[in-house]
Amino acid sequence: MSRKKQSEEREPNDDPVHIRIRNLHKSYGNHHVLKGIDIDVLRGKTNVVIGPSGSGKSVLMRQIIRLEKPDEGEILVDGRDYAQLRGMELERTRRSMGMVFQASALFDSMTVFDNVAFPLREHSTLSKKEIRDRVMDRLQSLGIGHAATKWPAELSGGMQRRVAVARATVLETEILIYDEPTTGLDPMTVKTVDELIAETEEKFGVTSLVISHDMASVFRIADRLTFLHFGTVIASGSPAELLENATGPFMEYVEAAGVREDLIASRRGS
Amino acid sequence: MADATAAPVDPDREQGGKKEEPKGPGFLERGLETLLSPFAELGVLARMLFDTLFWAVRPPYRFRLLIEAAEFIGVGSIFIVGLTGFFTGAVLGLQLVDGFRQFGAQSQTGAVVAMAMAREIGPVFSALMVSSRAGSAMTTEIGSMRVSDQINALMTMAVNPIQYLIVPRVLAGIVMVPILTMLFNIIGMFGAYLLSVYVMGIDPGVFVGRAQWIVDVPDVVQGLIKASIFGATICLIACRQGFYASGGAAGVGRATNRAVVHSAVAILALDYVVTAVVLGQGL
Ligand SMILES: Nc1ncnc2c1ncn2[C@@H]1O[C@H](COP(=O)(O)OP(=O)(O)O)[C@@H](O)[C@H]1O
Ligand SMILES: [Mg+2]
Repeated sequence: MSRKKQSEEREPNDDPVHIRIRNLHKSYGNHHVLKGIDIDVLRGKTNVVIGPSGSGKSVLMRQIIRLEKPDEGEILVDGRDYAQLRGMELERTRRSMGMVFQASALFDSMTVFDNVAFPLREHSTLSKKEIRDRVMDRLQSLGIGHAATKWPAELSGGMQRRVAVARATVLETEILIYDEPTTGLDPMTVKTVDELIAETEEKFGVTSLVISHDMASVFRIADRLTFLHFGTVIASGSPAELLENATGPFMEYVEAAGVREDLIASRRGS
Repeated sequence: MADATAAPVDPDREQGGKKEEPKGPGFLERGLETLLSPFAELGVLARMLFDTLFWAVRPPYRFRLLIEAAEFIGVGSIFIVGLTGFFTGAVLGLQLVDGFRQFGAQSQTGAVVAMAMAREIGPVFSALMVSSRAGSAMTTEIGSMRVSDQINALMTMAVNPIQYLIVPRVLAGIVMVPILTMLFNIIGMFGAYLLSVYVMGIDPGVFVGRAQWIVDVPDVVQGLIKASIFGATICLIACRQGFYASGGAAGVGRATNRAVVHSAVAILALDYVVTAVVLGQGL
């Protein structure tokens, strides 16, 4: 009930940029990992950040979802500086974000149902029955209703990602962050995870931010692409634009990934 | 946006990714670091204790997690604590009757066993057993939650991991280790009685009488206070090692190993400190 009121209170936001990141810096000791990042995350789109391992993609995500505090720079969510938010506003912004971790990070001491119910039990005043309905609804719409009583360890990698998505979206999530959702999966499962991302965006109206180093997958899903190279953004735009003007490290990366020429050509055509 | 002007080359990379290698810490610095590391560790533990107390008094209170932790630490350790209690008491009975006989003091066996159990052996042995059984399992559990991002997942769901994972375990340790200590003492006395009376031929009335004569409420209280402190300490150490584990499954293994070693050292060192404080001498 109260949750509903909260979301009504919030004025509709027409700004196409959901998260604005400006001049973001992060160091660990004297290891300067993020060196002034600027990114616009577009509302309701699939925003992909790619880059070689160690370029700081996971570190960037940890700043956005506030697992860590940046040393310098701003992260504006709906135009408001995350670092300035306090109390209820901070809570609300925090809950508007969900994260799907690289290895799903499901609680292995809980069943699938309890994993998905966890955020509701923690943060809502819903009754047992309402929680049950909401969780089952979410599981069913992601095609894993039958797995509710299973343990995470009993599921395949693709199913675990689905459960992680269900858990991350069960509160009224507006931004869903995926850290390398396809790493370590076979090509068929990669494809279903790609579909899952698109599907989730459509069904729950979320903004997706996906970290990846899988080029083939990236070209299937990305509306907007940002190339991160050792802590700096060296290219960003639509995939077609980026391919058009690919130079330097980005070109090398595209070539090394062996993205098929016809895929590139078809993207150029569109 | 940063593009052409920003050099797309990582300066660390240019130096082969190993910056500062030539200026690494020298022999002296490394030696100093080794000497100081126990103090650094104490600092980490103090910080964690502070956070644990801070989060323990804030709602929500998670009684279900507390009960689960108490069950895991307490009920799960009954068998092993009872077993070690029995053998410890039995061997004390054997040794003391045999030793005291040399100067005709075997009638004091009950008194000495009871005193030693209540003040020292009960709390120390129970805590050591709980640490090696429950503590190590806690480190492994929390450590694998850390390395598989489950702790980060908790944080992204706006649940404080100290409050969720550590508070219930430390509170359960404070409550359950004294209870296990009482169990240890009772079974230990029973073991000592069996051996002294039925094997070594001590008069049962003398054994029990001497034990009752010497052990007073303060002795038992001293033991239970120690047990509480040990309980808090070993759970805190176990949680700390798991919470900051890194380096995958192997890292969790190393953390578990450290938790057991640190706990044993902490129990024995704290035992001395608490004894000295309670007796008012030796500090
Ligand atoms: N907590 C940390 N402490 C120190 N260094 C870190 C930490 N997290 C990441 N790094 C370093 O930051 C760099 C980028 O890491 P990461 O963001 O995980 O890369 P990736 O792009 O593969 O996700 C790496 O060199 C890594 O060693
Ligand atoms: Mg990463």
